Amino acid sequence: MNPAPAPAPAPTTETPEPPEQRRIKLGGTTREEVLTMLGAGAGSLALDWLLYERVLPLSGAFGFLLCWYLLFLGLYTLVGRLQWDALTVRERLATALAWSSGLLLLAVIAEQIGYVAVRGFDAARHWNFFTETMRTTAPLSPITSGGCLHAVVGSLEQLGLATLFSVPLGVVTAVFLVEAGTSRRSARFVKPVRVLVEAMTALPSIVAGLFVLGVVILTLGAEKSGLAAALALTVMMTPIVTRAAEVVVRLVPGTLKEASYALGAGQWRTVWHVVLPTARPGLTTAVVLGMARGVGETSPVLLTAGFTARMNLDPLHGNQASLPLYVWNYVKQPYPDMVARAFAGALTLMAVVLVLFVTARVLGRHRAPTDRRARRPLRRSRTTATAVPVPAAATAVPATNATNAATASAVANR
Amino acid sequence: MTDTAQPPSPVQQSGAQDDPPTVPLPPVPAVPADAPARALSGLETREVTAWFGQRKVLERVSFTMRAGEITALIGPSGCGKSTYLRILNRMHEMVRGAALAGEVLLDGEDVYAPGRRPAEVRRRIGMVFQRPNPFPAMSLYDNVVSGLKLSGIRASREERDHLVESSLRRAGLWDEVSNRLGTPGGALSGGQQQRLCIARSLAVSPEILLMDEPCSALDPTSTRRIEETIAELRHRVTIVIVTHNMQQAQRVSQSCAFFLATHDTPGRIVESGPTERLFTDPADPRTADYVNGRFG
Repeated sequence: MNPAPAPAPAPTTETPEPPEQRRIKLGGTTREEVLTMLGAGAGSLALDWLLYERVLPLSGAFGFLLCWYLLFLGLYTLVGRLQWDALTVRERLATALAWSSGLLLLAVIAEQIGYVAVRGFDAARHWNFFTETMRTTAPLSPITSGGCLHAVVGSLEQLGLATLFSVPLGVVTAVFLVEAGTSRRSARFVKPVRVLVEAMTALPSIVAGLFVLGVVILTLGAEKSGLAAALALTVMMTPIVTRAAEVVVRLVPGTLKEASYALGAGQWRTVWHVVLPTARPGLTTAVVLGMARGVGETSPVLLTAGFTARMNLDPLHGNQASLPLYVWNYVKQPYPDMVARAFAGALTLMAVVLVLFVTARVLGRHRAPTDRRARRPLRRSRTTATAVPVPAAATAVPATNATNAATASAVANR
Repeated sequence: MTDTAQPPSPVQQSGAQDDPPTVPLPPVPAVPADAPARALSGLETREVTAWFGQRKVLERVSFTMRAGEITALIGPSGCGKSTYLRILNRMHEMVRGAALAGEVLLDGEDVYAPGRRPAEVRRRIGMVFQRPNPFPAMSLYDNVVSGLKLSGIRASREERDHLVESSLRRAGLWDEVSNRLGTPGGALSGGQQQRLCIARSLAVSPEILLMDEPCSALDPTSTRRIEETIAELRHRVTIVIVTHNMQQAQRVSQSCAFFLATHDTPGRIVESGPTERLFTDPADPRTADYVNGRFG
């Protein structure tokens, strides 16, 4: 495009590119900080060993570690005070405390999962564990027979039913708690409901089991079944779903509700078309939070589901095993293989919870219109475009059809 | 790209006579025609007094907003003009502790008459808010037709397609968004969002459109664009606009009301009349002070 292209690049190459600038180090740790920490760690370990093994009449790994940590904090403060001012020492000490408590928590979780994985590995490494039931497995059968398939199926069925019951109930209660507070007449009922929901959150899970046992099984005469277990789980899950859903429903901006009312909507339509769709990602999280809580509950199902070693696909009749019950039942037995199966069952349970949480994260991340809903109008205008050209060609091309076709083609170009 | 795809203007004019006949909705031509589509409605208030709890914020405001005119409500912050605006379409009662006395007449009928449904009043008297508030969970398309869904009006797909286009055209947004109607409403710029909200209000064919400082959250270019839109809408809907910006009131409105409240007296109209007169020859010294920027 330049009229004289040949000389044009020459001046630009002549002006030398300035040398790459050295970047200043921002933040991060210096060597002296790291060395101070390492020195304090090593020194406190030595001092701790001296105290524990030579001076004090104490023993035990837990005390050793605790003393090491306390000595480390003391020594770190002392060594730090030699080189830094008091404010810096306090700052670094706080950093050390925060880091160590975070690491401690991680270590506890890793230890739990690791322990279960190690104990259950013997059973879980055989594929039959995930494809068989315990129907033909005697106490001394080899580890290559028997599995937890019936418990997985039972868990999923009970959880599915409990979700079916608790999610509508929980979401509707949450909407009530938020929406009823807006008018003075209904606001009186909000507080008792909220107190009740909060109390239910703290309800011991065995009480939920006892409630269903007493009311549904003993009084109404239903048999122990997956359905009874699902009812007990519903009692546990509903308040959790309600609390989580209330938070996200409350977060929907009031300006959106005002916009809806100003368009002539009633309260119900506003909730259905504006509030709930806007809160959808958060509601998904609420649902999965409740499910993750329900799937691991043992005591409600303990009293209501019965137990069986067979596959029972029918949640309405007969005993049905679930993963927590499976673990609880076999870990008590005095045979190593059975205990290994129980731990493998616990591992499976954790995997199920993990899958639920990942699902929640993925579902909760996408806002509604960017994916699924966004395509609807496109299809719509495309269908009108394909539907109308016949009369459009016959008559004098009405404006709407022409512009619709234009839209569709513009949209198709994207 | 949209320019080349756009049909020339004669085609647009033929759209006016080509409306789908099967409508529960009033007919909507594709482009604002010169003649009003129907007789426009006016709004009148008689002795309107408003309270929040024990505090009286407005006192005996009687004022007429004439059909087919743009009426500006001006005044310093806290003088009750936004409250007054929200009283007009019964949004006032959404606030807890809000109370009211007096009459608001839409075409001679009191909107606060017993048995009158607020939702019906609000559908006839639309509102555009200070901050753009498109529904984030809906696409642009669904945002425009959301009023149908929310007020329970049924419409066929073609009617809706038609309505989306005509509403967006009237709001002056069609050319900018026609090729991306599927994207979420929040993806637009602030000014575009506000015009989307105007289009959304227009889609339910209100008789009156209330605007509560519609440009205060926008930059000057977007403001000018909205003002053009307001001016274009004048012939098809009666507009009442609250504004802090006196130049804006002068530019867009035909009549004007000046509200004032002091810390111990509730808000009331100090002076009202044609905008021209109010700004050049105010009768009340307080109006003169305010429009000349000496306070507020």
